[in-house]
Amino acid sequence: MSALPQPAPEAEPILAGEGLYGGYGGTDILKGCSIAVRAGEIAVVVGPNGAGKSTAMKALFGMLSLRTGSVRLGSEDITALKPQERVLRGMGLVPQTRNVFPSMSVEENLELGAFIRDTDPRPAMEQVYALFPVLKEKRRQPAGELSGGQRQQVAVGRALMTEPKVLMLDEPTAGVSPIVMDELFDRIVEISRTGIAILMVEQNAAQALEIADIGYVLVQGENRHTGSGEDLLADPVVRRSFLGG
Amino acid sequence: MTDTLNALVLLANFLIVPALAYGSQLALGALGITLVYAVLRFSNFAHGETMAFGTLATIFATWGLQAAGIGLGPLPTALLALPIGILACIGAVLATDRVVYAYYRRVSAPPIILLVASIGVMFVFNGLVRFLIGPDDRRFSDGERFVFSAREFRDWSGLDQGLALKTTQALTVVVAVVAVAALFWFLARTRTGKAMRAYADNEALALLSGIDPDRVVRTAWILAAALATLAGVLYGLDKSFKPFVFLQILLPLFAAAIVGGLGSPLGAIAGGYVIAFSELGLTFAYKRFLGYLLPEDWAPEGLMQLLSTDYKFAVSFVILVVVLVVRPTGLFRGSAP
Repeated sequence: MSALPQPAPEAEPILAGEGLYGGYGGTDILKGCSIAVRAGEIAVVVGPNGAGKSTAMKALFGMLSLRTGSVRLGSEDITALKPQERVLRGMGLVPQTRNVFPSMSVEENLELGAFIRDTDPRPAMEQVYALFPVLKEKRRQPAGELSGGQRQQVAVGRALMTEPKVLMLDEPTAGVSPIVMDELFDRIVEISRTGIAILMVEQNAAQALEIADIGYVLVQGENRHTGSGEDLLADPVVRRSFLGG
Repeated sequence: MTDTLNALVLLANFLIVPALAYGSQLALGALGITLVYAVLRFSNFAHGETMAFGTLATIFATWGLQAAGIGLGPLPTALLALPIGILACIGAVLATDRVVYAYYRRVSAPPIILLVASIGVMFVFNGLVRFLIGPDDRRFSDGERFVFSAREFRDWSGLDQGLALKTTQALTVVVAVVAVAALFWFLARTRTGKAMRAYADNEALALLSGIDPDRVVRTAWILAAALATLAGVLYGLDKSFKPFVFLQILLPLFAAAIVGGLGSPLGAIAGGYVIAFSELGLTFAYKRFLGYLLPEDWAPEGLMQLLSTDYKFAVSFVILVVVLVVRPTGLFRGSAP
């Protein structure tokens, strides 16, 4: 990772969850995992099904009450904040499913992303259109009528409209074709170059780790392996257990 | 040729014009049901009584204005009293929400619980209305009765059949068009309207986008109360105000909302007219209409009525059942399962 000029490796993470314990009902799904991401970097969380990847995302976003553990955004402890308050402080989330307003036009979807900001949404919207030109073409079309890949673009665009410092993506490439997946990963790299920290959970582990500055392998709610994307991809144990050889 | 014209005028006078007026009233009522369903996700059985309460408030205001000698000339005084009735109805509905529904939302009660609660609200309002104004029939329409009467039309056209247009019928259609246009503008263009649609579309994502759910719910109730008052007053002007009618009208209202697709405003309007035209079309006696069109010796002897008017509510019921069996999402693919 020394090839990456900035940010400096010792920079403080912008979002960090430490020692997260929690789940739904009585049993803990998260058993002490820690996840952090720095500005301008891409952090990828991978792991087998049921490892608690999506649960960890929900925990970081305040959609799950933690039994113990803390979440910090910059220097602020946000463990007790509601999701909406986290959005106001600069966290954007693209949920895995139901992540657009299907009966509303693409443009309205983006507008609603900016709803939380009292500023003019147009400059941010132009940036989103520059990133995803196809959305500009289809801006009058209801989001529910778009293809899966285009709908993911709307979902990412909507989250970007909230002007986040950290963008969290829950399996953004679930159910899209490999070509669309590569395309989407390229856009995600572009977004991170603008200084936004990206934290994403991915099922397509190998491809996602290729663009990751830091990767977390979760198993049963705990950190099993942590390292740069390259290191994890090169690690024979990780390859054998989690990347299919 | 004259016979065909006579037949058409007859049909217009007894079927088309009344159905247009009735359909507009149903559409306004069904819109309120559909908006509440889209935002609060339950079928509000108290909507008929909301109409009754709004109408009652408007009638009281009308009497007040009449006593003070204030009128609108050829138009009914009730038109002037409408804003007062709407405000009173909004107040009552928001108070009900705070006292009854807010609690069930806080505990995330399933929709069926809210539906049952709304039945309770329905009975309370039903009693309240009878207590305040009594169970009798009230006519509160004043001003000019006709835009043009059947006799005027006959003199003007030289046909045997007359076509009358009551002021209340014309008023109903005009007010409905204006109200619906204003509602659609609100939903499509304003920030609050978009927030409302977003909330109806995807509640979780709406919350993530910083939309205030309380505000959306409040807006939905305000719109529903205003539409209910409009629908009730127009219905009352057109026919008369009878408190018990609002229990019966619930069936065609829900049929209209469901035919169009619960949660779809456009569907509610289409549904209103579908129900009105079916109800009147199936209970209409076609004897004279056919008498004009068919050769003389083919003239029917019976009334040529498909259903007795006593069964008009059965029409809504049958349509409701057919839609739920064949296409449960309705004409416009509402959000209902």
